Amino acid sequence: MHHVVLEQWSRRRSFLHARDARAKTLATAVLLITIGTADRGFEALAPACFALLGAVALAARLPLGAALQRAAVVLPFCMVFAAVSLLGGETRRAALLVSKSYLSALAVLLLVASTPLPQLLRGLESLGVPRFLLMVTQFVYRYLFVISEQAQHMRMAAAGRGARFRAAAGALAVLFSRSYARAESIHRAMLARGFAGRLPTLAPPAFRASDAAFLAGACALTLALRLGLERWL
Amino acid sequence: MTPLVEVRDLHFTYDDGTVALRGVDFRLHPGESVALFGANGSGKTTFVLHLNGLLEGRGSVEVCGLRVEKPNFAAVRQKVGIVFQDSDDQLFMPTALEDVSFGPLNLGLEPAQALERARRALEQVGMLEAAGKAPYHLSAGEKKRVAIAGILAMEPEILVLDEPTTFLDPPGRRALLELLGGLAQAKLIVTHDAAFAAALATRAVFFDKGRIAGEGTVAEIVEHFRWEYHASRHPAGQRSAG
Repeated sequence: MHHVVLEQWSRRRSFLHARDARAKTLATAVLLITIGTADRGFEALAPACFALLGAVALAARLPLGAALQRAAVVLPFCMVFAAVSLLGGETRRAALLVSKSYLSALAVLLLVASTPLPQLLRGLESLGVPRFLLMVTQFVYRYLFVISEQAQHMRMAAAGRGARFRAAAGALAVLFSRSYARAESIHRAMLARGFAGRLPTLAPPAFRASDAAFLAGACALTLALRLGLERWL
Repeated sequence: MTPLVEVRDLHFTYDDGTVALRGVDFRLHPGESVALFGANGSGKTTFVLHLNGLLEGRGSVEVCGLRVEKPNFAAVRQKVGIVFQDSDDQLFMPTALEDVSFGPLNLGLEPAQALERARRALEQVGMLEAAGKAPYHLSAGEKKRVAIAGILAMEPEILVLDEPTTFLDPPGRRALLELLGGLAQAKLIVTHDAAFAAALATRAVFFDKGRIAGEGTVAEIVEHFRWEYHASRHPAGQRSAG
């Protein structure tokens, strides 16, 4: 089974990987709010945030180029809205939209790439995110692999008979039904081992002094960047 | 002797109207290893899924004196460990160790205890060195071993193995046979593999159209239902061999 790269990245070892999921989630939330609400001086804040996130990626021993490339997945979506702003003559607004979306995606990507999913979900749960929402996220994430694997099998089977596998409606219907059957089997196997709706984690969440220091430092740096650049410009 | 499993007059029909079980009576005693033979669709897998409440039919199913019904599911699922046909269905956690710990953690064990059990189970199946590996990096035989470890970590009294030799090459089958032969639990083995069953099972039953059509030793069942495939040598093959 092919696994997504993010899952492999999240299992590496670094100072960022060692931090508690809650500390990283809160620090990311502060950064997202800072980026999202910035307006005056954003032209200076954007490169500063970009440099900060790049430095964090390198310090976390994540491949910077690949991370930047993966964060670009949001660009097609935000560019649609940016194009609407451009057509309306709002060039700065369009630029803000694209740069804010990209920086936000990069920040979230670093969080996911440095935190194994069970720990991230447990952290979000202890921060008060509804359990049902987390369950749905957990299963979507798990079954993405299943669907991807089924699609790969179908593509190989089609290629083996000299055909090209296209995402036509018929193929999608078959893919859906096969994935559904596979998902049923996985769910059954989970129930057989006592699954009662909550993915257990081995490492109990421990919020240490180093996590508190990381959170305080990250928030202070983010706010200092924002306020400092706003005053300077 | 009190049976570990006692099934009486079990009937089951799937939502699409397919009648899978038509009155099955069955007993499994401590220390027994029973092979379940039968054609595809004869009801073998449907039957074993009733033993820990994954399917609920009409009739009576008791495991270790507990009726298999919703209030007892947690206890019953600890006693009956099912190793599924496709190990990829069973292994979904990021590492083998986390996957094997999944069951004990669901039983409510503390993480340290669950880890201890998981390590012990991995050692028992000879896969301790793969504890930190992602399951998708393992061979089919190794995945099967880790899947079995995931069940052993729950310390069940009954092991149910659904087509355990599927996807395994001959060395993998041999290794699995040695592993299962050394496990003390009572076993139910759903299989088409007569040689594998003969080496492991003390008794065999034959499913046909949702009923148990025969019962005896593996040799008797294989003989009576002609449940063995002997490939005849093709003339072309004979020529090339010469």
